Parts: sequence; structure tokens; C-alpha cells
Amino acid sequence: MILAAGSTDTAIAFLEVGAVVFGLGLLSRVASRLGITAVPLYLIAGLAFGDGGLAELDVTEDFVSLAAEIGVLLLLFTLGLEYSDDELRSGLRTGVPPGLVDMVLNAGAGFALGMILGWDPLAAVLLGGVSWVSSSGVISKVLDDLARLGNRETPVVLDLLVIEDLAMAIYLPVVAALIVGGTVTETTISVGVALAVVTFILMIALRYGQPLSRRLGSGSNESVLLGVFGLVLLVAGAAQLFEVSGAIGAFLVGLALTGKAEERALELMSPLRDLFAATFFVFFSFQIDPADLLEVAGWALLLALISALTKVATGWYAARRRGVGGRGRFRAGTVLIARGEFSIVIAALGADLADGPELGALAAGYVLITAVVGPLLTRFSDQIHARVTRNRPLGRPGPQPTAVSP
Amino acid sequence: MSEVRETKLPGVGVRHEFTSEDGTDVAVIVHHDGRRELVAYDHEDPDSCHSLVHLSEVDSTTLGQLLGISPVTETVSRIRQVIEGLALDWTQLPPDSEAAGLPIGHGEFRTRTGASIVAVIRDDVPVPAPEADFVLAAGDVVVAVGPIAGLDTLRTMLGG
Repeated sequence: MILAAGSTDTAIAFLEVGAVVFGLGLLSRVASRLGITAVPLYLIAGLAFGDGGLAELDVTEDFVSLAAEIGVLLLLFTLGLEYSDDELRSGLRTGVPPGLVDMVLNAGAGFALGMILGWDPLAAVLLGGVSWVSSSGVISKVLDDLARLGNRETPVVLDLLVIEDLAMAIYLPVVAALIVGGTVTETTISVGVALAVVTFILMIALRYGQPLSRRLGSGSNESVLLGVFGLVLLVAGAAQLFEVSGAIGAFLVGLALTGKAEERALELMSPLRDLFAATFFVFFSFQIDPADLLEVAGWALLLALISALTKVATGWYAARRRGVGGRGRFRAGTVLIARGEFSIVIAALGADLADGPELGALAAGYVLITAVVGPLLTRFSDQIHARVTRNRPLGRPGPQPTAVSP
Repeated sequence: MSEVRETKLPGVGVRHEFTSEDGTDVAVIVHHDGRRELVAYDHEDPDSCHSLVHLSEVDSTTLGQLLGISPVTETVSRIRQVIEGLALDWTQLPPDSEAAGLPIGHGEFRTRTGASIVAVIRDDVPVPAPEADFVLAAGDVVVAVGPIAGLDTLRTMLGG
């Protein structure tokens, strides 16, 4: 009897999960046809089938929420894999002043809006995080699609993304500690512990990264996959025990892996990441009431507008420092507008705060707008720049070359 | 060889760029996964480029062969990437080299370029760690280690 009942439940769960995942597959096809990232479409799908949506699915919540958490871990893990410690160092050398401008302008915009809306300061800090971080996933795809990887403003953009991701390694654990809260002393201690744990894992990662990579990187695909996946969960779990966000643990594991292990892990884990991350985005917007989203839509639009301007200013400033001309500066600025996976990860942190539902809805709306409009704007960035500067001479403001060979 | 400028593209790879003799800026983007992309910069907007061709690892070797570059160069470029700021390079002394017939110490290469001559290969026989009084001859292959700029200077001084 128990078996029979169990199998019906399982059948329903399979049908529900299957329908959702199959639907996401279709959405991802649509997204690549349209040449945009699938994240906004996943969010819309979650809205449609979540609380108060068109049709409610009651997929086993435990299962889906665990899968969603794993999605965040894998998103950050593969992000850490993308960078070698060499690249991190060179990013740090050149990127700190633009990184600070980036933080002040863009995190400032979100934080200010949170305060204007009368939110708890912590929720405002989270909204600052949402509007701060550009989406490295969307941006690297856009740069590749538009064949801009060789452009001179591109290293500026990529360095800025590195700095943002590194800043997240501090921001996320600190904010996670603040959310746990308590008295001032307790909070100070938990923030201190969080930073100490991050430093500790980072030191281990840099010190033992090479021997670890050699061990993990050899063997069959199966052993690499299981070994790496297990390690990511272990480190994330250990970090979580200390109230440090597990995602940062996963990010640091990604940084630690080098060479062959890095290559193989990226190849083997990317499909897993795509599966679990899609679950995360859907689950995130599952919990958003579309009515809430409509209520904050105006604010989301306003924040998108302001933070688009601040990102353009950031890119403009950062590119000018490296001697890039006007059009290049504008391209750097517009390509940075897209926000994505990180903004959602940050908003998800605040789900249990008093202003959590509003924060989630605003972040979802905001990412929907910027992830779709950003890539479009940057595609036409040269035309827009030409129109804006119609009455002014094009190109660099500096001395023009005297003779140009035909 | 023209001066090659190298820029790291975090998460993507490395961009090697040089200015051709007719004044066009050309770059090769080496992706982490081994793909390469050959791009040329716009005259009107020097910050933007157009992609000329995408090459797989095998394609790049083929193109390299067609252009008359030995596969050795690729190995060297790999080594260059491994040790940042330090590279290994070699050059053959042409018959008219000013350094031929003179001892290594005479050229004061290390003082003037920062690059050290670590070996000389004469008639396929390597002479590791040659002393300062080792007399160079035309046709010698000089192997040196040092900063990339220093190696380029050394190459010019040897007439290679």
C-alpha cells in the first residue's frame, strides 16, 4: 500500500518537474533565437506558475528549494573557475579606482531608492547590491556575440567585472552575517567570523590549489565530476555552518582549481549549473506575487533608468582612464547595464526580511528590464552615440592624426 | 619582429596585438579553450575591431605553417604566458651581425637589456651557460631569458 501510494506521488512529482524543466528548455530556445539571456524568461515562467500566478504548481517544495540552493552554489563556482588567480591579480592592479566609482554610483542608486521607499537599512543595502553588480554571464555573451572581444574598451569592462565579483566575496558574507543579526556585539562578532572564514578558505585555496587540482583533475569524467561536485558542497556547507554564505565557499573553490582540473570541471559542471541555476531562477520568482511586482514596477523602471545612467558613467570613466575614445567609452558603459544572476542571488538573501517580498519583486522587475534592454542598447550604442554627439566632432577629443592614409 | 603588446582578458584569454608595417593594428585573441580569433582595428574608430577569422587550435597551426612560422614559436608563446614578465627567446646571428666575432662580455648585453644569455647553440651543439669570454660567431643561435622588452632589445642588438 505504502509503495503504491508512494509511486503515485512520485509520478505526480515527475510530471510536474518534467513539465517545468521541459518548459524551461523551450524558453531557453526562444531566448537564444532572440539573442538574449534566458534569465528574464525563467523569471517570467516562475511568476506565471508561482504564488498568485496563472496556474499554481505544488511541486515538492523541499526538493525544488534544495535544487535552487545548489544552483546558486554552481553559479558562483563556475564564476570562480572562469578566473585564474593571475587574472585576479592583474584585475586588482588596474581596476580598483573604477571599481570604487562603480560601487559608489551603482550601489548608491539602489541604496538611495531603498531608503526613499522607507525600507529597513539592511534591505536598502541589499537593493544597493542588486543595482551594483553587472551580469558577467550576460556581458561576456554579448561581447562575444557582437565580436567586441578585441575592442580596446573590452579589457576595461572585464576588469570591472572581476573587481565586482571579488567585491562580492566580501559583500555577500558580511550581508549574510548582518541578516542573522542580533545585538551590536553579536553582529560585529559574526561579521568578523565571516571575514575570517573567507580569508581562511582563500588562503587554503591559493596555497593548496595546485596539488588539489592535480588530484581532482585526473581520472575518468565520472570521478572528476563527483569529486568536484562533492568538494563544492562540502566547502559550501562548512562555510554555511559559520553563517558565511555557502555561495562564497563555492566561489573560492572555483578560484582554487587551476589548470586541467579547472578545464575539466568547467566542461563537466556547466551542464549541471545550467540545470540547477534555471531551477533557482524559477524558484526565486515562484515566491513572488505578480501583484507585488506590478506594484513596484514603476520603482523598478526608475531604478533601471538611473542605474543605467550610472553604469554608463562608470564605463565612460573607466574606459577614459585607459585612453579609449568617445564611442568606445559609450560602448563600455552601455554593455555594463545588464544585471542578472548576481542581483537575484543578492535579493534572495533578503527573502526573510520584513521588506523581503517587496525587495524580491523589485529585483525581479529590475533584472527583467536591464537584462533585456541592456544588451539591446549596447548593440546600437554606436548609433546612439553618433546621434547624441551629432553636433560635435566624432572620435577622440585629443589631437587628431595629421595624415590618414586612404 | 614588430613589438607585440599583450593584454589579459579575464575569463576570456589573452589578446596579442601589433601594428603592421602599413599601419594597421592587428590582434590575435587566444581564448582559454584554445580557439583563436584574428581581428583588425578600424581606422576611423581605433578602439573597435572587426573579426577577420575564427580559428580552432588545428586551424591556427595550419595557418601558422602556411605563413611560415615554425610550431616552436607557439611553444615559446605558451612559456611567455606561464611566467609573467619573464620570457625565453632565441635568435640566430645573421652573417652581418655586429656581435659576431666578439666575446659575449664585450656587448654588455645583460647590463644594457636586462636579459641574460643562458645558452648558445653552435652547429646544433648546445653550449649551456657560456662565459663572458665566449666568442660569438655568425650562425650561432643565442638563447636568452629576461623581460620581454629586454629580449626585443637584445634581438635588435644581435641583428636578429
